[in-house]
Amino acid sequence: MSNDDTIPITIEFSGGLEILFSNQKKYNLPLPFKDESGEPANVAFLVRHLCDNVMEDPRKELFVLDGTVRPGILVLINEADWELEGEDKYEVQKGDHIMFVSTLHGG
Amino acid sequence: MAAVISSLRKQISTCEATLEDLRHQLAEAERIQRQQQKSVPQKRPLATDPASPLDHDMNFGVPDDFRSEIFAVLKQEAKAVEGTESEEPSRWPLEKNEYKRYGRQLIMPEVGLQGQLRLKKARILVVGVGGLGCPAAAYLVGAGVGTLGLVDDDVVEESNLHRQILHSTARVGMTKVQSAMVALNSLNPNVKLLPHISRLTPDTAISTFKDYDLVLDCTDTPTSRYLISDTCVLLRKTLVSASALRIDGQLMVLNNPPSPPGDTTGGPCYRCVFPKPPPPESVVSCGDGGILGPVVGVMGILQALEAIKVLTQTPAASSVDPPSLILFSAYSNPMFRSVRLRNRKAKCAACSAHATVTPEALESGSLDYVQFCGSVVSNNDALLPDERISAQNYAHIRSGVNPFTGTVSSKDSHILVDVREKVQFELCNIDGSVNVPFSTVSNMQGDENDWVTQLRKSEKPIFVVCRLGNDSQVVVKKMKQLGLDAGGKRYIGDIRGGLRAWRQSVDVEFPEY
Repeated sequence: MSNDDTIPITIEFSGGLEILFSNQKKYNLPLPFKDESGEPANVAFLVRHLCDNVMEDPRKELFVLDGTVRPGILVLINEADWELEGEDKYEVQKGDHIMFVSTLHGG
Repeated sequence: MAAVISSLRKQISTCEATLEDLRHQLAEAERIQRQQQKSVPQKRPLATDPASPLDHDMNFGVPDDFRSEIFAVLKQEAKAVEGTESEEPSRWPLEKNEYKRYGRQLIMPEVGLQGQLRLKKARILVVGVGGLGCPAAAYLVGAGVGTLGLVDDDVVEESNLHRQILHSTARVGMTKVQSAMVALNSLNPNVKLLPHISRLTPDTAISTFKDYDLVLDCTDTPTSRYLISDTCVLLRKTLVSASALRIDGQLMVLNNPPSPPGDTTGGPCYRCVFPKPPPPESVVSCGDGGILGPVVGVMGILQALEAIKVLTQTPAASSVDPPSLILFSAYSNPMFRSVRLRNRKAKCAACSAHATVTPEALESGSLDYVQFCGSVVSNNDALLPDERISAQNYAHIRSGVNPFTGTVSSKDSHILVDVREKVQFELCNIDGSVNVPFSTVSNMQGDENDWVTQLRKSEKPIFVVCRLGNDSQVVVKKMKQLGLDAGGKRYIGDIRGGLRAWRQSVDVEFPEY
């Protein structure tokens, strides 16, 4: 894929989610510029993309449930809760840092 | 002769005068010593005379709880003596010993006299006296909060001690609350400690929380986290919530400021951030996932710090920090990270104008937290009785007569597959077993993998073992799906109760971890 077709972004997993992604915490990812239907790539598309193309673990339900990130995972767009940025409708920008944090419960 | 008599008389009277003088000196020295002991009674246990077996035993040979009981009694007596001496009202807002004890934080502008007085007035509740609660309580008691309540119904176990720093080897088996009180009382006898030796439930939460100013969530399950947050919202208390697992920790100050439900100026609650609980199968405990002591220690100490910050701020505090989540990851660089959280959620079930969480709902039991958070569905992959073998019968198979076939066998007659993760397998394993980690089995892509190929090469029966006997059943099912049982011709089964049962009924020497 040429650079014109993709957006370079950084993805990070924390709180144990990295286990589902080959134990790699950080990914520098070229995300396709447009989603399946030609719309600008948003976080919902990013999540599908991660699920289909990056995640090797077959236990998809530990990452995605009912078409979105499962409860108990916090999505942070450039160090802010995605709720502050429009949740999964946020359109991914070049150089974005998107983090998926699984909540911990131990104490 | 008369001269001798007169000389002896003189000598005796001189000696008597000397003796009298010595008695005076002794009395004076004893008086000074009593005074010193009164002003610093806590110094007494440290005055160890290495030659005195009593001192040594008192310091090293007496259980902590017994020891602090003795000193408590001695302190009472000292107080009774003191009481007769000084009745006048104090000239200073703090006790004399408090200036000394808290001196190092009193001279800081962040605390100062007013901050210390606020701490002294504060009543804090610590829910959960484990890896988070122990260090949090220690620092809060050290800092001189007025009252500290402790909620927990658990007892101290040996496997707690690497991180739950208030408990001790001698107090294994004691309730965590009582054990913590022994340690906290010896740390700072000025703090009033209130025990709540019970599990927090919806019908007790409001009555337990109502007399406290601030709450620390040091628990370890989603059910308690939602219950604690809801109660704090209803009673308008700020909540300092933390959690930790393996090498990661998280911390949030919630409901800060603790405005009434519906007031959007209030800080978000746990439900704003996590409206839906995580699926139960995604929740991992420290017992299953592991925890590094200093990781949970750091998080507990940060809770104490945040609590001190909230308590010492001036009432007219202009700005409360915007809500944030601190992420700690021991093996990342940087280790700490702070991310911005949302404000109160407009449709939050607890803190919005549309809240369904009410005191009545909580106390009537109509909010079922266990059901809300769900529980791991009972194993659907459970095996049939003839697919399982007891640890004892398996021991016979290894050395003796096979209870199924009647043939004399040995440990080579079959393959024993241990499905614990590699790091656990390396801790201890049954002689001759092969390790196929559960994660390898569940992460498998397609139908063929090294371990499958290896197992296909043989026709020997396969026994599968794990720590407790759950994962082993899943793996047996998987092996059969993969056709390793040659259409039923080859026996595949698991050891019921796993290595725990093996230790209990076969090999008592097998390590428990």
